[in-house]
Amino acid sequence: MKFEAVIGLEVHAELATATKIFCGCATKYGAEPNTQTCPVCLGLPGALPVLNEKVVEYCLRAGLALNCRIADFSKLDRKNYFYPDLPKAYQISQYDLPLCRDGFLTLASGRRIRITRIHIEEDAGKLIHSPEGEGYSLVDYNRAGVPLIEIVTAPDLATPEEAVEFLEKLRGILIYLGISDCKMEEGSLRCDANISLKPAGAKHLGTKTELKNINSFKALGRALAYEIERQSELLAEGKTVKQETRKWEEAKQRTLPLRSKEETQDYRYFPDPDLVPIELDPAYVAAIAASLPELPEARKRRFIEGYKLPEYDADLITGSKHLADFFEAVLKFYFSPKAASNWIMGEVLRLLGEEGLTPEALAVNPAHLADLLRRIDAGEISVSQGKTVFEKVFRTGASPEEIIRAEGIRQISDEARLRAVVAQVLQTYPQSVHDYLNGKIKAAQFLTGQIMRETKGQANPQLIKELLAEELAKLRP
Amino acid sequence: MELCDLTLHEIKDLFAQKEVLPSMVMASVVKRIGEVEEKLGAYLALDLEAALAAARAADDRIKAGRALGVLDGIPVAIKDNLCQAGRETTCASRILQGFVPPYTATVVQKLLDQGALILGRTNMDEFAMGSSTENSAFKPAKNPWDPERVPGGSSGGSAAAVAAGEAIAALGSDTGGSIRQPAAFCGVTGLKPTYGLVSRYGLVAFASSFDQIGPLAKDAEDCALMLSAVAGFDPLDSTSVRGTPVDYTQELDRELTGRTIGLPREYFGEGLDPEVRRLVMAAVAQLEDLGARVVEISLKMTEYALPVYYLISSAEASSNLGRYDGIRYGRAAAGREDLAAYYTRTRAEGFGPEVKRRIMLGTYALSAGYYEAYYQKAQQVRTLICREFAEAFRVVDAIVTPTSPTLPFRLGERLTDPLAMYMSDVCTVPVNIAGLSALSIPCGFARGLPVGLQIIGRPFAETTILNIAHQYQKVTGHHRARPCGTGHDRAEQEGGSPDEV
Amino acid sequence: MRVSEEEVRRVAELARLAFSEAELRQLAGEFNRILEAFAKLNEVDTTGVPPTAHVLKVKNRFRADQIRPSLPRPEALRNANAVKDGSFVAPLVME
Ligand SMILES: [Mg+2]
Ligand SMILES: [Zn+2]
Repeated sequence: MKFEAVIGLEVHAELATATKIFCGCATKYGAEPNTQTCPVCLGLPGALPVLNEKVVEYCLRAGLALNCRIADFSKLDRKNYFYPDLPKAYQISQYDLPLCRDGFLTLASGRRIRITRIHIEEDAGKLIHSPEGEGYSLVDYNRAGVPLIEIVTAPDLATPEEAVEFLEKLRGILIYLGISDCKMEEGSLRCDANISLKPAGAKHLGTKTELKNINSFKALGRALAYEIERQSELLAEGKTVKQETRKWEEAKQRTLPLRSKEETQDYRYFPDPDLVPIELDPAYVAAIAASLPELPEARKRRFIEGYKLPEYDADLITGSKHLADFFEAVLKFYFSPKAASNWIMGEVLRLLGEEGLTPEALAVNPAHLADLLRRIDAGEISVSQGKTVFEKVFRTGASPEEIIRAEGIRQISDEARLRAVVAQVLQTYPQSVHDYLNGKIKAAQFLTGQIMRETKGQANPQLIKELLAEELAKLRP
Repeated sequence: MELCDLTLHEIKDLFAQKEVLPSMVMASVVKRIGEVEEKLGAYLALDLEAALAAARAADDRIKAGRALGVLDGIPVAIKDNLCQAGRETTCASRILQGFVPPYTATVVQKLLDQGALILGRTNMDEFAMGSSTENSAFKPAKNPWDPERVPGGSSGGSAAAVAAGEAIAALGSDTGGSIRQPAAFCGVTGLKPTYGLVSRYGLVAFASSFDQIGPLAKDAEDCALMLSAVAGFDPLDSTSVRGTPVDYTQELDRELTGRTIGLPREYFGEGLDPEVRRLVMAAVAQLEDLGARVVEISLKMTEYALPVYYLISSAEASSNLGRYDGIRYGRAAAGREDLAAYYTRTRAEGFGPEVKRRIMLGTYALSAGYYEAYYQKAQQVRTLICREFAEAFRVVDAIVTPTSPTLPFRLGERLTDPLAMYMSDVCTVPVNIAGLSALSIPCGFARGLPVGLQIIGRPFAETTILNIAHQYQKVTGHHRARPCGTGHDRAEQEGGSPDEV
Repeated sequence: MRVSEEEVRRVAELARLAFSEAELRQLAGEFNRILEAFAKLNEVDTTGVPPTAHVLKVKNRFRADQIRPSLPRPEALRNANAVKDGSFVAPLVME
């Protein structure tokens, strides 16, 4: 039997605010344990929460960018459960009246993935499990109270690829909005997935499992693919899928059931009496909507129409806000869109890849790349010289001018001088000339290489190509 | 009369005339504490050294005519659920034993900023759950008028301390009557401010949507002074109300002519001690004599107040008290091998029976399948109770009722019957449900025991109820009776000996 | 609605409390008496009545996103029963 997957995602994104959601503690990542805590986020008796206005604003930004309805009345609720990383034994979250609901995100295929809700809530602390047999855990509450938005999709995703695309697109949007840095490796973007299978074409949903501990886009795709296979096998054998929470094990590339307590969770949600309702002024919401930056989709269209970039280029570059910003900054200094796009998709991504860096880490001054492009266009240096120079720009931050001067890089375009070099090389390698004249076109490459060597790589390649062709033609019998 | 038996405003006047210095008042209070504290158990912790040092500094300011405020040099006590940096705060619970907050409650900071001398931390029912202070994990407090009887609760320690001259005034907290009922039982004046008027920041939460901090003092004028000192907007409490600072003494001297007082018949029904009824009705007659118009009203929702209160407050408490797990503060059970067992042991050992009962009730009311029937239903009825009060206040300026339907009961008398104990709050909880202002003043003695009159006002109408209370106290002497170390002996009070019950 | 001892045990588990058999029996009895008294609420018709979570009309209480000093770590940790490497020590958590 053929099965279809039904996938929904629950995404938590840490908001890039300066302070926590209910207190003035800093949210800086990587601080020494328990140095960013106070009576409020430690849940000390008597301490009270006061909501950070930026958290509401950021959640609205996300909601508006994802086509949500903004609630005119919203409130905060307590989700009660006991765990050492949860200082108050309840998480302040939103239960039945989230700030945003009923939005969607469109995939490249044009499929709309519905977003059921987006709400605000506080993060828990971090548990450090002690080495085996030590019998305790350590708790760091620096992260306790860091603001999150939770984005919940409808079960509209049909394949692991779609799920990954959704998450990548979502990440791009959140970064464009400037509300989260979305670093999965630092946990500022986290994703749980619900997945069930049903016979192809069937209406009813199968039993779903919830997948946790997905720490990268790759892991999301693999965990879902694994789960589809596992569930298919079960169903094919006539067995049933157990409703449970499973953990993705990166090392073994498999999902395993999380050791679950017998007790079913009963979170006893109720409105937090320490906080008051949120009733947003429509004018305020409208102002936030008006202030939204251009989002990836619109930027892509603009790149295609305004800069005449191919769709492929536009899609790739606008996929990262940093790359797209870099691209446009380069154009400010030297307007040559397709060349800039080629360099970014080629050299920039290649060098980043070699260093294992993401585009966010790109430190090249856009004026430097622009300068390089201008020099190439002017024939001052060749493309391949340009690549050598750019690699140095990338690694040292020095300007192309400095590098070119220090290394004496230039391009020889003096025709008479180059013609002499060509003639000399043809004399030195009669065999290659012979080969070429007898139809071995490849011999020209060798000859070009020798000319380049003679000129220390500075010969204008275009000119050499022309001169070599001319000189060889003269030798034809 | 000793200095410690004077009111705050009397002492303030003596300071102004430079006849008396803070150290002298402190000496008198310390002496009284030495005489009666062992018998009364009003305090859980005394901080006399710090208070004496603060008194000497206050002396200099008073002498130089540079007092920080009306409270400068006044010895006050605070309930043990108000955090003060560096001072152990236990809420009379074993589970918080040893907890030393690294921060200070807004109200306590306000007292300190105005030069008040903080004597120590008063006894209470564990986590403020109770009406007798018998639920203190450490010791019960006793009623200064009869140490075999309870001082009321949960602010029983604060009420007993003020009544006995162990403090000039005190702060308590009132979730369902915890300031007013002990004030009534101990013969002092206690005010529960409108919800949102006084910051709760630093008050260890019991039921967050009901809790309010307020003063217990020797008369309405003192309550007005204390309230002026602690009320006001606090950006650290989201439920604190914005507004310009108010001098709550401003309307004290207004005549009662033109005021309409409502007498809700539901508060005078079954279960009301006839002596209490007689004294309350006499007080009502007195208010009429003072020019107030008294009208009978009906508050039909009253009978639902108790379940509404106990369901919602227990639900909130069950959540508020989840944090006591011994990891970040407070007592922990030994052994940390199994997470669930560790939590259960820590909490089972740390909480007393009444606290556990409320956590259980609240957990039940919020749990899946019961939320609608209990918690949500209670919240809906809460709406109706609020509406009914709002209706009543279109007609009347204040509502007068007994504070407690009974006289102070004997220690142990109601401990075994939670429902009977809950009934002690029947007159006071509606006020918390609707977030109104209310106070209790002494209105006489029955069988040698004080009886309290409750005056309920509109939200933020503290000046009105303080005015009514003050006018009453200007023409009566019940609030001037003192149980300890004075010429006023119980036998002198009307109603004879308390043993005639 | 009668509450069984079993139910009381379930609630106790949820609340991380433990009771002896005798205590459970007594609690169940008290629960039933209390809830029976509270069943009075069912007399009230609350159709269409909104719940009150707050008596206040206050709404939109926000603070600016400005950093305020955190507690010095020794202060944050001072009430902990056990501390190691600048962290609170909690019972072993297994996943
Ligand atoms: Mg969540
Ligand atoms: Zn904090």
